[in-house]
Amino acid sequence: MDVLCFGIARDLTGQRRVSLNEVDIHTVADLRKELGHRFPELGRLSVYMVAVNENYALDHDPVKDGDEIAIIPPVSGG
Amino acid sequence: MNKNTHIHISSEPLSIDEAYGFVLDESCGGNCLFIGTARNHNKGEKVTHLDFETYESMAIKELEKIAERCLEQFDIQKIRIDHRKGEVGLKDIAVIIAVSAVHRKAAFEACEYAIDELKKSVPIWKKEYLESGAHWVSDRP
Repeated sequence: MDVLCFGIARDLTGQRRVSLNEVDIHTVADLRKELGHRFPELGRLSVYMVAVNENYALDHDPVKDGDEIAIIPPVSGG
Repeated sequence: MNKNTHIHISSEPLSIDEAYGFVLDESCGGNCLFIGTARNHNKGEKVTHLDFETYESMAIKELEKIAERCLEQFDIQKIRIDHRKGEVGLKDIAVIIAVSAVHRKAAFEACEYAIDELKKSVPIWKKEYLESGAHWVSDRP
């Protein structure tokens, strides 16, 4: 399962794309927990959103292999 | 894609004429353009330039949703949203919201709504380059 990292999330993880293999991830909440273990630096973000297949997802939403997953730190366009 | 909406993300300079040309309509007497440019200061520090990172495929979808909501919620005819990506110099245009409506009130309201929503939900990130270094701008009001 690959996770895209943008903006400050890319700086904090040091990677544009994080691969999470052989881990038990079924929901966005599981994903956040795993990311927190691997990248404690992400805790420096007060909050971040997760997108699944280009849509914002909530903690109880499902994720599966093959989904396009992204960490969305607070946006600052415009 | 609705023919009365147009979304454009580009690393090339944005064109006010193109945005205005898209929304201009014989039935409309009120046209509103919001133009966001890179300014030379923020919170007391000198800014030298900006760099926008985008999650482009999702940003286009989110911008399209905002444009569609504007058409639903306000009595407007057309809306176009342009956003720059990559490096943006001072005074360069970072964003254009162009709206046409029969009467001006709806055009003003839709324009303001669109830029407010863009700043809340569209996956675009601004990196600010200061004389003292660079940082990601986040949690902006």
